[in-house]
Parts: sequence; C-alpha cells; structure tokens
Amino acid sequence: MSDAATLEGELEALEAQALEAVATADSESLEELRVRYLGRKEGRVSAILRGLGGLDPAARPRVGQAANRVKGSIAKALDARAQALAEADVRPSGHGDLSLPGRSGWRGARHPVTLVIDELCTLFGEMGFSRARGPEIETDWYNFEALNTPLDHPAADEQDTLYLADGTHLLRSHTSPVQVRVLQTHEPPIRVLAPGMVFRRDTWDATHAPAFAQLEGLVVDEGVTFVDLKATLAEFARRFWGPGTEVRFRPSFFPFTEPSAEVDVKRVRTIREPDGSTRTEEGDWLEIMGAGMVDPAVLEAAGIDSERYTGFAFGMGPARIAMLRHAITDIRSLYENDIRFLSQFGPS
Amino acid sequence: MNVSLRWLRDLAPGLPEDPEEIARRLTARGFPVEGVERLGAELDGLVVARVQEVSEHPDADRLKVCSVDGGEGVVQVVCGAPNVEAGGWYPFAPVGAVLPGGMEIGEVRLRGQESRGMLCSEVELGLGEDAGGLMALHDPDGSFRPGLPLRRALGLQDVRLDVEVTSNRPDLLSHVGLARECMEEGDGTFALPPVPGLDAPVSQAGPEWLETGPEPVEGKAPVAVQLEDPDRCPRYLAGVIRGVTVGPSPAWLQQRLRAVGARPVNNVVDATNLVLLELGQPLHAFDLARVRGGAVRVRRATDGETLRTLDGVDRTLDPDMLAICDARGPMAVAGVMGGEDSEVTAETRDLLLECALFEPGPIRATRKALGLSTDASYRFERGVDPLGLRTALLRAVDVILAVAGGEVDGPLVDAAAHRAVPATVPLRTSRVEALLGISIPAPDVEALLAPLGFRVAEREDDVLQVSVPGYRSWDVTREVDLIEEVARVHGYDRFPDTRRAWRPGTVPDDPLTRLEDQVRDTLVRLGLLEARTAAFVPRSQGEVEVANPVNMEERWLRSALAPPLGRRLAWNLARGNRDVRLFEVGTVFRPAPAPGDRPPEATHVAGILHGRAEPEHWSRPDRTLDAWDLKGIMEELSLVVGAFDGATNPWRVAPVPEDEARARGWPPLYSVLDDAGGTRGVGGVVPPGALDLPRWAGSVWWFEMSLPPAPEPGRVPPVRMPPTHPAVERDLALVVARDRAASDVLDAVRDRGGPHLQEVGVFDVYQGEGIPEGTRSLAVRLRFQAPDRTLVDAEVDQAVTRVVNHLQEAYDVHIRGG
Repeated sequence: MSDAATLEGELEALEAQALEAVATADSESLEELRVRYLGRKEGRVSAILRGLGGLDPAARPRVGQAANRVKGSIAKALDARAQALAEADVRPSGHGDLSLPGRSGWRGARHPVTLVIDELCTLFGEMGFSRARGPEIETDWYNFEALNTPLDHPAADEQDTLYLADGTHLLRSHTSPVQVRVLQTHEPPIRVLAPGMVFRRDTWDATHAPAFAQLEGLVVDEGVTFVDLKATLAEFARRFWGPGTEVRFRPSFFPFTEPSAEVDVKRVRTIREPDGSTRTEEGDWLEIMGAGMVDPAVLEAAGIDSERYTGFAFGMGPARIAMLRHAITDIRSLYENDIRFLSQFGPS
Repeated sequence: MNVSLRWLRDLAPGLPEDPEEIARRLTARGFPVEGVERLGAELDGLVVARVQEVSEHPDADRLKVCSVDGGEGVVQVVCGAPNVEAGGWYPFAPVGAVLPGGMEIGEVRLRGQESRGMLCSEVELGLGEDAGGLMALHDPDGSFRPGLPLRRALGLQDVRLDVEVTSNRPDLLSHVGLARECMEEGDGTFALPPVPGLDAPVSQAGPEWLETGPEPVEGKAPVAVQLEDPDRCPRYLAGVIRGVTVGPSPAWLQQRLRAVGARPVNNVVDATNLVLLELGQPLHAFDLARVRGGAVRVRRATDGETLRTLDGVDRTLDPDMLAICDARGPMAVAGVMGGEDSEVTAETRDLLLECALFEPGPIRATRKALGLSTDASYRFERGVDPLGLRTALLRAVDVILAVAGGEVDGPLVDAAAHRAVPATVPLRTSRVEALLGISIPAPDVEALLAPLGFRVAEREDDVLQVSVPGYRSWDVTREVDLIEEVARVHGYDRFPDTRRAWRPGTVPDDPLTRLEDQVRDTLVRLGLLEARTAAFVPRSQGEVEVANPVNMEERWLRSALAPPLGRRLAWNLARGNRDVRLFEVGTVFRPAPAPGDRPPEATHVAGILHGRAEPEHWSRPDRTLDAWDLKGIMEELSLVVGAFDGATNPWRVAPVPEDEARARGWPPLYSVLDDAGGTRGVGGVVPPGALDLPRWAGSVWWFEMSLPPAPEPGRVPPVRMPPTHPAVERDLALVVARDRAASDVLDAVRDRGGPHLQEVGVFDVYQGEGIPEGTRSLAVRLRFQAPDRTLVDAEVDQAVTRVVNHLQEAYDVHIRGG
C-alpha cells in the first residue's frame, strides 16, 4: 500500500507527463492517451482513484482531491487538444491562406443554341405546347407539296434545298414537314413545337450555315383565329425578351400560311441612372420569326377538315436568337466549338 | 426590285414626297424596303461646264489648257484628257468641290500653268468604268447651261428604294403595281403619264387589232403568228413598226432607267425596258429584216437546236424549251432571252414587237436548265398580267414612236388559244371573322379590297362574289387569299391581341426529346461541353451522299458523331486548348436498306476527351484522363439511357475482346450492353494517327451511344425502403489469376452472396510482392443487411464461406493470407 505522499507525488508526475504528451499528440494518439491516463480499466489516474479505499481514511480526502484535480486537468487538456486538432482539420493546408483558389471539377455547359431551344420550349410549354419531332431526311411531298409549295413555284427555290444522290429524298429545308406529320397522326386540338436541324445549300459565311436549328410551332383547333396568333406570339415575345418589349406584326409571304406575318420585336429597357433617375432605352426592331394562319391546303393535304378547323404556325431560328441575345456577329463561332467559347454558357 | 420615287409619283402624283413614308407604307403591307438611296448625293457641288477654248500646254505635250465656263465666270483649267474639245459639255468640279472619292479640288499649278477646277471622267465621278477621257455630256433638248447642277443634268434628282417583293406578287415587279400598293385614301388616282414628245398616242387612237386563234392567218397583217403549244404560250401579241431610227434614248428615258439601276442600250430596247419596269410586262423587239418568212412560230425547240443569245453565248436547246422561231429556226428562247441574230442594232429600220403570255412553270424550268435568269424570265416565272397584254404593247408602241420615230404598219396581231377573263372568287364575311377573329361588315370588306382592284360583282347575304384583276390572278384564286388581302389592308397592327382560353393538345411531349435533355444534363454534370457540328463529312465518315453539296469534299452525311467531334477536338488542340471535353447529341444517317427507301436515321450521343481528368489545383498533382474516367462516363450514361429503355437489369459497360475491337474503325475498349446483351454504345481511345493532332497531344478518349427512340411503356422501378437494422461488412482480399476479369469475380460474389448481400465494391487492386506470380489481389468489401432484423455473425460468416468456396471452385481464387 502506497502512502499518501507517494501517491501525491505520483499524481503530479502523471499530470506533467500527460500534459506534455497531450500537447504534441495527433488525433489518433490522443485517444490512446485518454485511455492510458483516464481509461476506466487501465487508466493510471483511474487506478489511483480506485485505490483510494485502501488508504488511511485521514489521507483519503486529500489524495482524492488531488487525483480528481489531476483527472480534470488531463481531461481538459485532452479536450482542448482535440478541439485544436479538429479546428486544424477544417482549416485547409496551403499555409493557412484561405484566399487560395478552391477545388472543383470540370464545368460543363449546354450549347448556346440548345439553351435558346430549351428556353423557347419552356416558355411555350407554359402555354400548353408539347414537343414533336420528325425525320431530317424527307421527301418533296412533306417538304414542299403538302405545304402548299408546288415544286415549279419560285417559292420552292427560295430555300435552296439539298437533295440526296438517291434522287428521291432531300434534307428538310425547314421543320415545317413535322406539321404535316403531326396533323396526319393526331386529331386536333394540336399544340406542338418541333425543334430540329434543317439544311440549306448555303455556303458558310458570317450569317449562313448549311445546317442550322429551327423551331416550329403549330396550333390547330376549332375557332383558332389571327387574334389568337397575335396574342400567343406577343405573350411569348414579352416573356422571352422582357416585359416592356414592343411587338410588331408585318404582312409577309409563306406558301404554307395565309395570312402570313413577320414578327418583329423592339426591346425597351428601363435604365436606372446613378442619380436615381430612370430613362428608357429603345433597341432596333429585330426580325425574330415568321408566322401565319395555317393554309387550308396544308390542313387538307394532311387530311384535316379545313372548314371545321383553323390554326396558326410559326417558325424561328434559335441560332439567330442566340446571336442577337449574346451579340455574336459570326454564326460560324457557334459551330467551331472552341471550348473557350462554349464554356461561357455554363453556370456563372 | 429597284424603285424610283419620281417614277411612282409621276404615276400617282398624290403619293407623299417623303421616301421614308413610302418605305413605311410598303413595309406595313409586307414589302420591306431594304434601302433608301438619294441618287447622286455624292455629286453635290459638281456642275455642268462648257469648254470654250482649248490650247496646247506650253511646257507639256500631253496637257491642254482650257477656258472653262462653270457658271461662275470663265476659269483656266489644265486637263490631260485626249477627248476634250472646245464647245463640249463636261462634268466640272470647281475649286472647293469634293469628288465622290473624297478628293477636294484645290487651286493648283500644273507645269507652271494655273488650274482652277477639274473636268471629270466617268471613273472620277463613280458613274462608270471609262477612264479613257472626260465624260462627254449630251444635251439633246438644249436645256444645259453652265453651272447646272450635275445631278440634275444626269437626272439623278431622285430617290431609289430597294423593295423586297415576295415571290407570290409578280404584280409588284412594276412601278404601277407598287404605286397601287402604297396608295392610301386621299392620295387620288393613278394613271400612266403621257409619253414626252408624242402628240398622237396610238393607245388613245384605238388601233386596229387582228384577233386570231392559234393557227396563223396570212395576209391580213404584216406578220402571222402560230401558237403550236397553247398550253405554254396561250397568247401572243405582235406589232410591226416601220422606219425607226435606232440611237441613244432621250435624256428623260435614260434618266428613268438609270434611276433604277438599269443601263440604257438604245431607244428601242430602252422603250421595252421602260414598259417592263412600268407595267411588269416583258416585251421583245426583233429586227424585222432578220425575221424570215413573215411569220412567227411559237413552238418547242427540237433536240440539239442552237441559238446564240444576246449575251453572246451559244445555247443548245431541247424539246422541253419553248422557242420563238421564224421560217429558219429559233430567234429567241421564249420568255428568257432573245437571239443575237435578230437583235435591234443601229441599222435596224423595221421592228417586230412581241408581247406574250407564257406559262410560268416551263419558263422556270428553262431558266434553270440554261442557268440564265433575266428580268423577263423573273417576271414570266412568277406570272404576268394576262389581261394587261394589250395595254403593255400599246404603251411600248407609244414610247417607241416617241423616241425612235416610225409608224405602225397594219393591224396589231392578237393571237390566242384562249383569252383570259377576270376570275370571280366567293368570299363569306362569316369566314373572314372565323379566320381573322374580328367582325368586318361586308361594305367594309368591299372598301378594303377596292383600292387593290378587286370589285364586288355580286353580293348575296354574307357572300361576296369578288372579281379578281388580271394582275392578281396568280396569287388570288381562293377565299383565303382574299381574306389575307382584307387583313393586310386593314393592317395587322389594328388586330387586338386578346388572350383567350385554349384546349390542351393531343400530342404528348416527345419521349426521345426528353431523353436528349437527360443525356445533356448528365454529360454537363460530368463536366462536358456541348458541341454542335454540321452533318456533312468526308467519305470516310459517312455513307449517305448529297447530290448538290455546298462542299464537294464533304458531301456525305455522318454515320457517327465521334469522328466529326474528333475534328473539333483537333481544332481546339491546334489552338492550344489542352483540356477538351466535348459531346454532341445529334442525328446519324445510314444507307437505305433498298434503293429508293428512306435512309434510316438514329439519334446518337458521343463525346471526345483529352487532357487532365480534373482541373489544375495547387493542392493536388495533375492527373491525366484514363480508361476509368471514360468508363465512369459511359456507366453514368448507361444508367440514364438504360432506365429510359426500361432495362430490368442495369446496362453494363463491358470490355470488348480484342479481336472484335479490331473489326471497327476506332477500336473500342468498352461496349455498353443492354440486358439482352445487345450493344448500345462503344468507347475507347482514338488510335494514333486517326486525328491530325499536335505532337504534344496525349491520349484522346471517345464514346458513342445510340438513344432508343421510345421508352418501354409502363415500367416503374421499384423502390427499396432503407433498412433500419445495422449492416455487417466483411472485407476479403482475393488472389485472382491476372487474366481473370474482375467483373467475373464480382458477378460470382453477387451470385452466391445470398439474399442479404446488398453491395459489393472493389476498394483496392494490387499485384507484386507478397502474392504469387501471375496473380493479383482484389480487395472487395461485402455489405450484408436484412430488412427485418440484425444479422448475426454466424449467418454472415456462412454466406462469406459460400462465396469463397464458390470462387475457389469456379475461378481458383484464394483468400490472401488465408
């Protein structure tokens, strides 16, 4: 049996030893130290506390007090060290400089033309349009004749069409054949969008590409009128180009619609000056789409009763809209696929 | 179409003077004005001058010293032009004037002689190409005086509008048509202005006409006309004018043509061009002396027949073309161009004037076959006014008599297989409302249509019988065509845009388009950039050929997306972009299964990657992309596409045996296998040399998958609720023969792991010291869990033993250290 004085000396030595070890411990050895000194079974301070019963009852309180103080002191040191280590863990390496760049993976992005198509589909989707698709290789009938465009009319020339060497097929020059295919396979009411690639015999230059995206829209139902065309497209234009946008409808000619219209928008933006006053800035009129009431000949060609049903259709070029939107001056930059260009369309 | 504002206002004096207002009106009617050009603006400050005297320069052989009257006193001008003559009128730039090229005229001395101003050539004025001498000005009506602004002398006080005329409106390829289209209420009327210098117009006198059928009638007129193909040429008017003097046109006629950018030729040709631009009817003048046999035959050309056209080119005709012939053969390609042999020249005395109606389609075919588009063919292939032929011929006769002299000989011939009458189209006002959405009462409809020449012949309840003028007979044949006119004249902007209720449609959102969205989302999430390429590729990359390509080298349609993407990657690398990760979703094309079938299309997704696996970061070493990165991307894609396709078991990305891989263009390392074992995609490393890459380039990784066109309907994947009881994990180090695929081992583990085996993962792969030669160690972690209870060690041990025994038996796999 140790006497009280010996035990007190031992406790002091244990404390000093423990505090020194704790000060330099890492998180793994810290746990070992906790067990070594304070562990219920093997802990050395715990053993002394357990042995108190064998002491002279007069010395017991003093030694007990000392042992509890040492236990508390070591526990506190352990906790403090654990806390410090935990903090050090969340502080990054790199000399503790939190201003160094963060770590991330590669950032992907959709193509700017896809982004425009997505947005158009979302906006029209809110107005009840679903998406439809059709083949890119078509026949004269779907691309022209069913769309009220006789092959010997100059209008068939205006879209310089690419034909296949098989002599019977062509690459669709617009997405309008999808109108015919939808009308052939579905009963009105019809509210569809047809985004897709179209092809023309155009040489590459700043404003032309031989293949480009187009987005077609078609509504056919009983009682659809020119007023509905205007309402739908004006609403779309304001949602897409901003609430203050002015919309203008001009007569035009497309063989598959009558009456036909070009739709122009003018963006009007309110600009807040540094002094708090506001002024409005008007853009130029921008031609953004062609539209019109579906020609009865188109409905009839697809087997729809044109006396009972009327409708409207519209078409636009997502690439052109992407160019207007981002002030891109050369359409070729949309096809070069330079990653320095494409990566700008990711999240920012 | 170039339009002269002065010309329009000569036809309709009530039209506004402001060209912007005219442009606004035409635009609002559907004919945008692309340009408004004030003619000769760059000639401001330049005048007409008369050269009074010309003398030799004392110190220079090639220079002359002239006294020039430019309206502000006579000045001395030194001039180098060989053609300067005393008494001549020339364009003159006085001191201080600025030439169109921007040069300002100063006072100079040339070889010691003072020169105050400059006499100008065509080139210096930007009016022509003749740099050989001064531009001599002709003063046919004696109106010149020194100091007259050059713009006025050249008739350039005009504004030229460039109007975009849509292909359905041939009537607007004329000043009369455009004047009619842009007149508004209160602008008065319009009429053909009198021909200057003609006292007794033939058109007023009411000339004698000889009406014949398609067969020629001999002896009653100076020419007989025979229509051998009445379908293609239903009507042909001919007139003979004798005793003309061919020469330059008077100033008014030249000015009129120049104002719209046409080049004056001679008075006869200019007269026919004037009528073309005024009324839209092409005419042709033949030298009557060169027309043999006194008869005109309109017939199909015979095979191999030739004609040298006015442009000096020898053309070979064929039976699909219509020719205007004399007794010997073709004199003109009908509706396209005349022949050189019967061309009107300075020697021509007698004219045969043609004013005909040709069927548009064949003219278009001929124009395309000959590759020869003319002002005439452009109008004929769109359709000229079948009721306006006589007016046009008489107008041409009047102008020719005024500018070239001569007399009409005998009756004018009007040969026709049938003569058109105005068509009547019924129009229901109820239908106007049904289509346009606003109610327009019948009288208002009538008032809207009248200014364009439509007359309501009869009205019964809500049905109007509308008579269509000849010049609109091509584009207005149906009720809906009239409704468009009503809408156009009413003004699109006056329609309300009130929102109304709509019914949901019957077409469901296209599933493949949705899958495309998911595929894009997945690849964007994995850090790839979406590319878009045109579908045209070289022969090596496509099998479906385009007949009339933009680029002969790339006239095939791609049969896969990865190779074209590879070229975009090479393009990026050539520009120093090292970490390139591109993907594309698009259509690929396969050859038709049988001749005449539609070549099948499929939607693919492909990607191409090069460079580092992760962006550079100071905290970690750079890591280059490897097969596991590629496989990971393919696995992610397989999950998305497989789920869409209704896969009962997940699709797998499996290694491709080498002998199979070699059979393909870019040998794949991996293929995507669906649950039936079918290949849905492939991926690998691009073989060296397949792409044109810089020397520093590393491995290029690619993948390509086809997307199923439609999902299997009705399958909803079951969801397992997460178990509440704890899991038990066991790690095994399996020593496996090196040529044994890890997937075989993992499959076997899954197969024998029992019902509670939830997951099997590989957490380490090792080969080398400590394990036998020819083997490697796979460290796998097995996770067991039961939904309803805590598993006891014994049953887990049992399952592990079962697995280990099976592995040992099947693949000779041992437990490391065991």
